[in-house]
Amino acid sequence: MGEASDNSLPVGTWVWIEKTDLQEVIDRLRQRGYRTIGPRVDQAAVVYDDIRSVSQLPVGMVDEQDGGRYRLREDEQAGYFDYVVGPHSLKSFTFAPRETLQQLDRKDGAWQTSDAPEPAEPVAVIGVRSCDLHALAIQDRIFLEGPYVDPAYQARRERLFVVAVNCRRAAATCFCHSMNTGPAVGGGFDLALTELEDRFAVEVGSDRGGEVLSGMACTACTEPEVDAAREVPKALERAMHAREIEPRSPDEPRPRSLDTEGIRELLLGNLTHPRWQEVAERCLSCTNCTLVCPTCFCSSVHEVSDLTGDHVQRERTWSSCFVQEHSWLSSGPVRSSTASRYRQWLTHKLATWIDQFGVSGCVGCGRCITWCPVGIDITEEVAAIRETSP
Amino acid sequence: MTSAAAPPIAQLPLPAAASTVDRLNPWDVHGARIRSIKPETPGIATYELQLENPEVAARFRFQPGQFNMLYLPGIGESAISISSDPDRPETLLHTVRVVGNVTRALARLGIGDQLLIRGPFGSSWPVAECRGCDLVIAGGGVGLAPLRPIIYHVINHRSDYGDVHLLYGSRRPADLLYADEFDAWRKAGVNVAVTVDLGDDAWRGHIGVVPALFSRLKLQPARTRIFTCGPEIMMRFVIFESLARHTALGHIYLTLERNMNCALGFCGHCQLGPAFICKNGPVFSYEQMSPYLDLEDL
Repeated sequence: MGEASDNSLPVGTWVWIEKTDLQEVIDRLRQRGYRTIGPRVDQAAVVYDDIRSVSQLPVGMVDEQDGGRYRLREDEQAGYFDYVVGPHSLKSFTFAPRETLQQLDRKDGAWQTSDAPEPAEPVAVIGVRSCDLHALAIQDRIFLEGPYVDPAYQARRERLFVVAVNCRRAAATCFCHSMNTGPAVGGGFDLALTELEDRFAVEVGSDRGGEVLSGMACTACTEPEVDAAREVPKALERAMHAREIEPRSPDEPRPRSLDTEGIRELLLGNLTHPRWQEVAERCLSCTNCTLVCPTCFCSSVHEVSDLTGDHVQRERTWSSCFVQEHSWLSSGPVRSSTASRYRQWLTHKLATWIDQFGVSGCVGCGRCITWCPVGIDITEEVAAIRETSP
Repeated sequence: MTSAAAPPIAQLPLPAAASTVDRLNPWDVHGARIRSIKPETPGIATYELQLENPEVAARFRFQPGQFNMLYLPGIGESAISISSDPDRPETLLHTVRVVGNVTRALARLGIGDQLLIRGPFGSSWPVAECRGCDLVIAGGGVGLAPLRPIIYHVINHRSDYGDVHLLYGSRRPADLLYADEFDAWRKAGVNVAVTVDLGDDAWRGHIGVVPALFSRLKLQPARTRIFTCGPEIMMRFVIFESLARHTALGHIYLTLERNMNCALGFCGHCQLGPAFICKNGPVFSYEQMSPYLDLEDL
């Protein structure tokens, strides 16, 4: 998609664009055949949806997040991207909630597999935060770097263009600073925006990104300007570390962090801790956390047949370790209690994921805290176990 | 119940190279015809399958302990151990017990009917690493099916192994799997000891559980390797008997079972602790998985 032309900006270039010139970036992506997705307000939340115009962006909106709570409000001081993550992540663009894996048709008693489904259309997502970029890299490990490659994920992944945004504000539920996943955008993007007072500093992260900007009227950033732009998310990171000890009013939500010291041994050494029963009394097993989590990857493959039984599609849909059928054996579910299922989710996310993929499964985005209907907070659960661990 | 102390990050084995599964398109299925059906014991039959594509059939290889996904479009896939001779991959056998939708639909198929296969998948019994050792193969019920490829391998390479014992049991004599092969195995140098929970009028053999058969063995722990597959309670006591006889934790191998949906390590259903049963297992050493075997609902 777009070879580097003579005008392409090299990887690592920083340029200024006017805020309204973001429209031109969107237009250029659309001209190159991308479906452009960006943050928009829908049902009182910032979600990812189709976007054609910068006027559709939630400019001037900020979010307040806490356990089981999400509110948007207008703020005069706020810019284009001062809300943080909503319930959507990049996950549904690469790991589709519903994917047809195969089409099979029976003719004369013999099954034939049909041609592979249409390749996924190219998608450009604007507004991706560092936590979600880390989550994307984690899902790459799962679906592309193991003994088998998932062809559906691979096809969508190759067609994904990322316009990242460096956060300059964090919600109380954000704890990327604990997980080393932000707020500064590291790598894995095509273009990255840092919003300053009056314009965006844009960093080129890939050849594709450089090509999209080629020929666009924009001035290069000077080195001090680049340093100043880099400082924006760094300052936020310092503020996130400092906020735990700063005084705050009782109305304000508690800022989260996660102590990851020895967390694998802590959780795997406490599989019968009474806290699992305690959280189970609150957990509804509703699967919201796994839905909004940008790294959760459980799925189920099932058959979709027409009435004749001669035409079958194998379909893969998102699943969750919180449903009983997930661990079903012929004698019933292995994890029949909510406590065992919550324990599975938490110990997988923060402990055994490390065995499996070499990194933590958690990127500190805080969505599971915000979107849990009863406000269960994984940082709180881990702290409780740590406090009373034998 | 105390929690298990967490071990250092487990080096879990990756699956042996699979010859017909395409890494980039692992959902690809291969047509196979049922060549013969042998009823074994009530509810259990062995299907001999012939891969239809001669190229695929020629390429197909499996290691003892691996499984195929047997697929009936519109109904689903089921993970079934391969129970034939790994040195004769052209004869592909699956011993299947009816437990759910797919196996029930499979039981309605006849000779010449087609099903689709993906595989082989999973880790295997470490027969190569155990050369020069004495082997104890302890099976219960239909658990003998994933163990039978070890027995065939041993018989084909008899001088590679020392004493080889099969300890096998089932509920009743009619439930003994592969009983018509026991004499041939004995003749080939495998000590076969059989037991049942409940005898019948004709039964002249042992009565009791499989682990109790350990009392008849004189084992040298350093050179003994244990392979076990069967009901969970049986495997627990086989492990107990093995450890009581000073077998090392790393020299006891078992197969574990979980809900298998994709066989690729993607769907997440089959996880037990850090392991995906489909790709890090189903064969494990007891040492690898012991921290995760004490809790029933882990």
